Amino acid sequence: MFDFIKDNLILNDPLILGANISIVFTVIGIVATLTYFKKWKWLWNDWITSVDHKKIGIMYIIAALIMLFRGGVDALLMRAQLTVPNNEFLSSQHYNEIFTTHGTIMILFMAMPFLLGLMNVVVPLQIGARDVAFPFLNNLSFWSFMFGAILFNMSFVFGGSPDAGWTNYAPLAIEGSPGPGINYYLLGLQISGIGTLLTGINFVVTIIKMRAPGMTLLRMPMFTWTTLITAFIIVFAFPILTVTLALMTFDRLFGTHFFTLTDGGNPMLWSNLFWLWGHPEVYIVILPAFGIFSEIIATFARKTLFGYKSMIISLVAISGLSFVVWVHHFFTMGGSAAVNSVFSISTMAIAIPTGIKIFNWLGTLYKGRIEFTVAMMWSVAFIPTFLIGGVTGVMLGMAAADFQYHNNYFLVAHFHYTLIAGVVFACFAGLVYWYPKMFGHKMNERIGKWAFWFFSIGFNVCFLPQFVLGFSGMPRRVYTYGPEDGWTALNVISSVGAFGMGVGFMIIVYNVYYSYRFAKRELSGDAWDGRTLEWATSSAIPPHYNFAHVPEVKSADAFYYMKQESKESGKPEKVGYKPIHMPSNAGTPFIMSGLFFVGGFGLVFELWWMAILALIGIFGCMAYRSLFSHKQDAGYYVSVEEIEKTENPYKREA
Amino acid sequence: MFNKFKPYLIVLISLVSLFFIIIFSSGSEMIILDPKGPVGAVQKDLIMLSIYYMLGIMVVVLSFFTVILLKYRSSKKDSDYKPEMHGSTKLEIIWTLIPVLIVIALSIPNTKALYELREAPKATAHKDPIVIHATAADWKWIFSYPEEGIETVNYVNVPEDHPILFKVTAADSMASFWVPQIGGQIYGMPGMVNDLYLQADEPGTYDGRNSNFTGEGMTHQKFDFVALEEEKYREWVKDSQENEPKLTEETYEKLMLPDTVDEMTFSSTHLAFVDHGKNSEYAMAIREKYGVEASSHGADKEAKSSHGNHGDHGDMEDHDNHEEHGDMKEHEGHDDEEHKDHENNEGHEH
Repeated sequence: MFDFIKDNLILNDPLILGANISIVFTVIGIVATLTYFKKWKWLWNDWITSVDHKKIGIMYIIAALIMLFRGGVDALLMRAQLTVPNNEFLSSQHYNEIFTTHGTIMILFMAMPFLLGLMNVVVPLQIGARDVAFPFLNNLSFWSFMFGAILFNMSFVFGGSPDAGWTNYAPLAIEGSPGPGINYYLLGLQISGIGTLLTGINFVVTIIKMRAPGMTLLRMPMFTWTTLITAFIIVFAFPILTVTLALMTFDRLFGTHFFTLTDGGNPMLWSNLFWLWGHPEVYIVILPAFGIFSEIIATFARKTLFGYKSMIISLVAISGLSFVVWVHHFFTMGGSAAVNSVFSISTMAIAIPTGIKIFNWLGTLYKGRIEFTVAMMWSVAFIPTFLIGGVTGVMLGMAAADFQYHNNYFLVAHFHYTLIAGVVFACFAGLVYWYPKMFGHKMNERIGKWAFWFFSIGFNVCFLPQFVLGFSGMPRRVYTYGPEDGWTALNVISSVGAFGMGVGFMIIVYNVYYSYRFAKRELSGDAWDGRTLEWATSSAIPPHYNFAHVPEVKSADAFYYMKQESKESGKPEKVGYKPIHMPSNAGTPFIMSGLFFVGGFGLVFELWWMAILALIGIFGCMAYRSLFSHKQDAGYYVSVEEIEKTENPYKREA
Repeated sequence: MFNKFKPYLIVLISLVSLFFIIIFSSGSEMIILDPKGPVGAVQKDLIMLSIYYMLGIMVVVLSFFTVILLKYRSSKKDSDYKPEMHGSTKLEIIWTLIPVLIVIALSIPNTKALYELREAPKATAHKDPIVIHATAADWKWIFSYPEEGIETVNYVNVPEDHPILFKVTAADSMASFWVPQIGGQIYGMPGMVNDLYLQADEPGTYDGRNSNFTGEGMTHQKFDFVALEEEKYREWVKDSQENEPKLTEETYEKLMLPDTVDEMTFSSTHLAFVDHGKNSEYAMAIREKYGVEASSHGADKEAKSSHGNHGDHGDMEDHDNHEEHGDMKEHEGHDDEEHKDHENNEGHEH
């Protein structure tokens, strides 16, 4: 056992050794603090076992921010390596591991959980529901994501990181990469993928079944619409990932030959299956971002969203097209001219609904009263930057030209322009916008603007030169280049921009601390004079049951019209409260996900006894849940007195 | 006071950084937009066409964007405000139809180009293309001229103004064959063969490489694409056929091991032993034979730290094929001389 740890713990790299030491100190620090303040029970009861969608959402967002830090450090290490030619800061192998983990973490453990976090916080409130449809499942989703992420990140200090790129192409990932790295990738993604799939199912049912009375599909807020469509894409796309990962896991652990070079395996099958999931995955992260921007732009332009119906039609069109364009990830595979033409056209066709959305946002701003709050600045900056990402996407979609762009920095610049200007800007905008709903105070606007300018200018300085690098023939994923290639100057600029983004991120983190200490507490639930139902709760932080009275919806922008109406008719008459049924907390999901982690770790290192024991434990948890769910799900009633106290805080003192 | 100037400061910073980016980018050669062959030229024309369309779109959208933001900001009290405006069927139809037209306008030349690139360039269609098999192996490029009976490693000589049909495949990882200045890429995959026509219009040495990630040595998986005058090319072929050594199976097996090597030339081809387009297992069988694994994490950690970038080098030397590996080194040394010969051919004589 000791030998096993000794063999796998990575100690010879000074960078990783430093990280090891800081991880040990952080863990000791956290454990000591929790013990000293006697917070273990609070942590268990109020957070870990909580089925409250808002708390689960907050946990998702915290995890995502930590992952953004990790992925960002990876990015800065890469930029540091590429700043000057023939740099020896990182070795080839180390560089490969870093870009692999950067890509995987940013897409699967940063962008997606961040958006799932915002969905969790906002969507049930927006549709006037008390919780999601399956609260127990929601907790399980979060913890399986979390333990999947922990398993994946462990590779960094124990056993070695995956090194075959985030696309993990066979046969490189099978024959070209022995050692536990790829196993970590396969099992980490598998475990967190279970969580994502469950969330998808949960939100489809929540949105279809749990809307407040009067909220027809065509009265749903845009963020709820994008969440619904995203949930559908998840339900259709994630099973593909599950199966694909399982097949490669079998190849690596049990000697099957699905993607191998030998015994009839087909490596190309991996590429097809991966992108059959991977392309819709891109839309899983961009569509909710569109929803966030729609909410924020309408709120701060003080106008109804322009072209609501065409927004929805274009959403559905994009989600459909997202499943039929995967071949554009390998136009260079030697497909016939006809195949490449068809996929070119379907790819470029995505520009049409996306263009409709861009013009609709402009239409929303047109004749509005635009207030440049921080959330609005992120949303407004999204339009021109995402436009660059979009038009270069059309250029890449032309297969004959893609023969030149494929795998070079033009592509790298393009997808960062869509994923950062689209998804990351949306995450920041949504975080600032819904911050008062989560924590009861706004983030400081002045500091927020500094962060915005550092990050967005840094972003453009970082990625604009990479389009030119693409035209200069710089391929992606090379760890170094020579001075004769002529790529030095642009790489220097790019690295400067990357560090600007790093500074921007640190300012955001500082803003969290500063606002916690000094920001004015929000008293009403309506921090921004909002238009949708999440702002209609009685207090800034909604009570765990959300609404004391289930709101009745009469139109789109429900809360805006409610406010108009009450202005006209004066105070609404008092209606008595009724007890509210709420689900009880659950510890099983945490334990079960923990067992997934243990089993996953066992499989990574082929410790069969560990995997089998964990599997038995998982089945035990399932049996326990099945046999005793009537007790677990009994839930409890929030009494009328408690609701009265919560809804009228002044009575509390009396 | 600072607050008052901040917007201008920010615009200034943005403009200055944009200015620097433009200045520095003019220093780097955009070789894709400076093609030296008909294939690259077709692609460049298509790229330029799309750039013009896209710039047009950007100018329109950004103008609207700027005007709207300036005119309807809340601090400007006199602007008209229509909070209930929620759509306009006419406008929405217009901005649906325009992108449809643009997509059609780009799809047609794209499809044409795709069909054009499947065949030999028109201007030289009367000449029989020279067939060259390009095989990617970790981490080198092997070129076989079946008709001439020559094989080269990490460089390929071709005659100018003559269509070349590359039959691209791979021995192990999926690679991508790319000569940016001559024309775009195609995948080399084990067990499959992809055709790619290329042609150089003027003599010169162009950078070629693998652009698809194949692991540790991928960065150095490059080759020289050398376009010679027709006559010089013929002489080089004749000279290689007469003076270069035959490719033995043993030498070729060494090429299947994951490592980088120098340029080499032989007077026979590997097609006698193996067709990678049909046999995807060959390289794996050889690695098993020599007991070589590709780079790994746990096992060769120490090797990695002591050998720097050549981690798996250390790994290989740990195995009992130590001496054989040494053999390979000798080969490389030998090939260095050949490399010089090759340069002589290119530089002097004619």
